[in-house]
Amino acid sequence: MLGPVDYAIWLAVFLVELFSLVCLLRKKAFSQHFTLVLYLCSSLAVSIGRYSIIRTSGFRSNEYLYFYFYSDTLLTICLFFVLMSLYAHVFSQMGVASYIRAGAMLLLAGTALISYIMVASSSDRLVTKFVVELSQNLYFVGLLLTYMLWGAMAKLHENRTRLMQIVLSMGVYVSLFAGSYALSNLYFPNLGLWRYYFPMIAAWLPISWAYTFMKIPEDARMATARVLAPNR
Amino acid sequence: MIGGLILAVSMLTLLQFFVSYCHSLITVSRSYNLSEQTLEISSISAQASQQVKFRRLLQLVALCPEQGNDRMQVRAVSAYFNMLGPVRMLFGWIAPAAALWVESERGGCAHVVAVTLDRRIAGNRVLMAQQMGSGF
Repeated sequence: MLGPVDYAIWLAVFLVELFSLVCLLRKKAFSQHFTLVLYLCSSLAVSIGRYSIIRTSGFRSNEYLYFYFYSDTLLTICLFFVLMSLYAHVFSQMGVASYIRAGAMLLLAGTALISYIMVASSSDRLVTKFVVELSQNLYFVGLLLTYMLWGAMAKLHENRTRLMQIVLSMGVYVSLFAGSYALSNLYFPNLGLWRYYFPMIAAWLPISWAYTFMKIPEDARMATARVLAPNR
Repeated sequence: MIGGLILAVSMLTLLQFFVSYCHSLITVSRSYNLSEQTLEISSISAQASQQVKFRRLLQLVALCPEQGNDRMQVRAVSAYFNMLGPVRMLFGWIAPAAALWVESERGGCAHVVAVTLDRRIAGNRVLMAQQMGSGF
């Protein structure tokens, strides 16, 4: 079962997500940033689901293991939707939204297929391995997409401060998750620290979004060059 | 092999995104003018090093009750400030320009913390005024 530290982390992350959702709604960002609201709602639902499964089946049960990884994959897919909406914001004047949606769906399906091929030949517990591999690969593809988006923003001289901070915090989040998944899969698969580490870093995104929507006004502008080379 | 590649690329991009995120925080805070009171409270001499200024401001921020959700921002900037220490030590004696750049970056970090302090002081003043008002 869970200890007091696990409960404290769970509660803190849950409250942070709720706070971030309230911030977004109070700043009337529902229609403009619908995917962010969708992600936060999914994350809250997943937190409640995980908690109830731990209460009923226990932390070390197979039910929790499956639910954890499948819900993580679901959240990563929601993160893809967030990323696609950010692409749509950046390229809004070019009218390429439908191409972006189609590209994202293809990429998502491709990543799932590649993950399946990677584990199909070498695993006796295919389903479990598949979700772990899929999560790691989805985060990595998300990382590459975020990096490309940031590059495009720099090239297009995007100057909306809010958008820049959302993309950068997203970059920090997906890099942190992709790196941590790779590290845990490669070297320390049974390290006890991961059970505290992963829920804690999950709080980064809601905290940074809450900060952005609370402190940065909608019309704030900042030159991309100031972020890339601040001393210029 | 693929896991190692993912790990290496993730660490590199993490570093770049984190540095850019801190730059964006610093740039936003530079457009904010500090109040006379914060300048007076922080009372740090111009000759003091960025290290001394930063530590002093962190102590003051810790003393001031929190407003909203700014703790993570201070932590992110503190991590960036500490990360710049070894960079200065490694490259400072090879290229003096690098040391100057690091000092300017650290100055930006101190400004972010000063802005947080300023906001906390302003927020607490409003809160105190409200409480005084409701008391009468």
